[in-house]
Amino acid sequence: MPYVFYLRAIHFLMLCEILSLGYGANVGMLPKATGTSSSNLPQWSPKGDAHPDSGASTLPLFTLNYPRVQIPLEITLWVLLASFAKIGFHVYHKITVWVPESCLLISIGLIVGGIMHSVHEEPPAVLTSNMFFLYMLPLIVLDSGYFMPTRPFFENFGTVLWFAVVGTLWNSIGIGISLFAICQIEAFGVQDINLQENLLFASIISAVEPVAVLTVFEDISIHEQLYIVVFGECLFNDAVTVVLYNLFNHVAELHVVEAGDVFLGIARFFVVGLGGMLFGLLFGFVAAFTTRFTGKVREIEPLIIFLYSYLAYLIAELVAISSIMAIVTCALTMKYYVEENVSQRSCTTIRHVIKMVGSVSETLIFFFLGVVTITTDHEWNWGYILFSLLFTLLWRGLGILVLTQIINPFRTIPFNFKDQFGLAFCGLRGAVSFALAYTLPDSIGPKKLFITGTIVIIIFTVFIQGITIRPLLKLMNVRKTNRNLETINVEIHKRLMEHTVAGIEDLCGQWSHYYWKDKFMKFNNRFIRKILIRDNRPESSIVALYKKLELQNTMEILDSMTGDISATPSLISLHEERKNASKSRKVLPSDVRNMHELLSKNMYKIRQRTVSYTNKHSLPNDVTAKEILIRRHTSLRRSLRAGSFHSPHGNKASQKFLSLPVNSRLPPGRFSHAGDGDNEPEMNLSSVSSMFRHPQRSSSRTTIPLRPLGSLKVVSSSVKVVDEENEKQRGYRSSHLRSSFTSSAQQSSRSLYGSTRNISDEDGGSEHEEQESPPDPHAWVQDPQNNSDMQHPLLRRSQWPPQKPQDE
Amino acid sequence: MGSTNSTLIKIPNVEELMQETGFSTAHIIRLHDRFKELDKERRGYLCPRDFEAIKGLAINPIGDRIIGAFFSPGRETVDFYTFVRILAHFRPADNSRPKESSSPEPINSRTNKLKFVFQLYDLDKDGKISRIDLLKVLRGMLEMQVTEEQLDSIVDRTIQEADLDGDDAISFEEFRKSLEKVNIDHKMSIRFLR
Repeated sequence: MPYVFYLRAIHFLMLCEILSLGYGANVGMLPKATGTSSSNLPQWSPKGDAHPDSGASTLPLFTLNYPRVQIPLEITLWVLLASFAKIGFHVYHKITVWVPESCLLISIGLIVGGIMHSVHEEPPAVLTSNMFFLYMLPLIVLDSGYFMPTRPFFENFGTVLWFAVVGTLWNSIGIGISLFAICQIEAFGVQDINLQENLLFASIISAVEPVAVLTVFEDISIHEQLYIVVFGECLFNDAVTVVLYNLFNHVAELHVVEAGDVFLGIARFFVVGLGGMLFGLLFGFVAAFTTRFTGKVREIEPLIIFLYSYLAYLIAELVAISSIMAIVTCALTMKYYVEENVSQRSCTTIRHVIKMVGSVSETLIFFFLGVVTITTDHEWNWGYILFSLLFTLLWRGLGILVLTQIINPFRTIPFNFKDQFGLAFCGLRGAVSFALAYTLPDSIGPKKLFITGTIVIIIFTVFIQGITIRPLLKLMNVRKTNRNLETINVEIHKRLMEHTVAGIEDLCGQWSHYYWKDKFMKFNNRFIRKILIRDNRPESSIVALYKKLELQNTMEILDSMTGDISATPSLISLHEERKNASKSRKVLPSDVRNMHELLSKNMYKIRQRTVSYTNKHSLPNDVTAKEILIRRHTSLRRSLRAGSFHSPHGNKASQKFLSLPVNSRLPPGRFSHAGDGDNEPEMNLSSVSSMFRHPQRSSSRTTIPLRPLGSLKVVSSSVKVVDEENEKQRGYRSSHLRSSFTSSAQQSSRSLYGSTRNISDEDGGSEHEEQESPPDPHAWVQDPQNNSDMQHPLLRRSQWPPQKPQDE
Repeated sequence: MGSTNSTLIKIPNVEELMQETGFSTAHIIRLHDRFKELDKERRGYLCPRDFEAIKGLAINPIGDRIIGAFFSPGRETVDFYTFVRILAHFRPADNSRPKESSSPEPINSRTNKLKFVFQLYDLDKDGKISRIDLLKVLRGMLEMQVTEEQLDSIVDRTIQEADLDGDDAISFEEFRKSLEKVNIDHKMSIRFLR
């Protein structure tokens, strides 16, 4: 049903587009006259009069002033059409699994182009050079740069730069020279293309595009190294390509190239690249500094971020250095500091907006690709185009092979052949190539040929490689075991093993080159953070959730002073009963299948550090982590309650304590702020408390009523209550709570879960021994990883009592 | 990252450790650095707190079990040797080493890896994975919407498949047998620990 409606809407919209174009063409207000053919649509005078023959004195009843709104209207309609297309794809879920979104967008573009062509219309001249370079590209790049996972990125920094810079150079020069060689062959008839123009073309088509690739990578959980290399490569590759493009563009217009020019070109390359980075850093720091003072004007925080990034881009364009590098570096530096300074809401807003504009930009470009494919006049040359396609694939493959061999010895985790194949195969071309080709200056002779060539290569790679990537990678990675023959046993054990390995990997921490990183972090802590970061820090949603849980728990314990422990039967006894009851239960084969399905759908996936974080089309989410935290929380509570029964977990339960990370410096307003669970609607206070009311499927029902935390004022006042309790460490009636705080000067703002604190019932006839941990303030292990990913700074603590200064 | 020799000297019995676990010098040094990092209070040993502070383990469904595996029953601390020995389980198998029948099985052999996993299930250390152990583990690994009955039936089925001697629990031999077709070395190895 909605499908039908959707189709009709599309039809209507396309009709509007075409009509508007026709009208626009008539009025002749297009900024760049693309040789409009005369249209057959009825001519409308700008102001339709009710009485067309009367003089100028009658008041028109109904006027139509199209030229006034033409440009914004057209843009809006095109963007809307593209968005409809995007919505439409997800109506039928299976499509997006097999066909990457870029393919679908291009197809829709092709259809629309076809329609437009048949009514002899030209595409709107929206895609001008300025439009692309000044508006669309920065948005796409900002999207990629902002969501770059910094830790793995810096771990692999060398590799990424190596592949991006040297790889692109290799590709461009290789393809350029081979094409030049082809041009010499008379049979193809393209002898007039000289070396510079070939190089220009080669640089255009070596820009790699990550979108389709990354979505596939996530789904088959490719390993992190590969993911980050592809991602990083694509990003920096854009920068390099644009630099090369400008370089060769400039060179192509000179008719004589001397050796001096070549050296100048190389020098310029470095200047441009490094200059871009420096600019980016500068702007990033300034932005972070500015956000330090926006405590009172939260509404404009997102604006500041965008303005500074865009400013970095524009100023870099002004002095003709690499604007892409500038904006990416700006985003990277900014993110780390800014996300500490701005409020939670601003943070969410920033992310949403960046994702939105980035994806709109990308969508539009692919869409235009489709449209333009049909509507431009192409110049086709079999030899040239096919050979360029061949060389593209060939040189990329060779390039990856050679480069990997060189860099493998320097890597701690070398790339094996499967990785290399993945890297080589995933070199899809896309938006940037197309835009660069389309906006070539007209002085380049074979411009049309280049556009055609680029479009062919893009369509080939996106469609054919894009669609076959998934099955190929799956084929290479998956063991040949047939799922149905695997027993339930094996499935469970395998998943357990995967979790174990993931856990141990986390335990081992990062494994490479942290010497420099360590130094940088020290410098960071000592100087930079002091300058750039304001004192009161916002918390992430997980931290907020955790605090909520802790507070509820505290409240509960305060409530339960009468010690209602004995009423809870433990998990064990109930299952003893059940076990005796159902000794011999038969399990049918259909049940087994259901079980397999159940397991495969419901078992937690292994934590994916990068992948879930950089999904191109959606924002990162941390539902799983929350569930695990909540569950652990309840199981701890339960085990504490059931501590009277000897549980096999006994040893552990007594060692694990709940914590209360209360920041005494936290003003009440802050709490209400954190309490507004913004982007996790399912984790709002009422649902959390309801979850506790029915401490799920376990049989240990707590008969302790939960006092709902009505207003957050109560929360904040209880915070103060807890503080007071802390003051008098012992002798408080039911429980004594101690919190540990780390000093703000520490990097521990990003540190971690794992708290040991004591909550014990003084009375209540506790049969479980009071586990007293020694009353020293604990220092939290600081995960040395640069946890600039905001999603999981699980806890933030400040040192209390602040007697033991933490030194680095 | 000081010179390798000076760091090695600081670790007593390091030759023995390397021989036993098969780690290279570079790895031992890295592990030592990591150990020191985790041991914030510089006591020379780690306690559960230090492990719990690692974020990845906190949000791992079986994080607490993994931590528990480091602490032998009754002990509250982990010294460097134990740390390295346990991590040695995760080395990829070393096919180049000659197999001498007289030397003890290397730590990263298939059997030892399996023992490690078995240990993760069997918390009460009675040598068998009982229904309760399984239930607990499964509950931890499954999302919240799985009901008790479904869980029960999965556990029933699991035990039924593996239990050969009818005692309603899975012993180590049964466990090993059920996983005979699985490439344990691949699943339970960490590439960079080679």
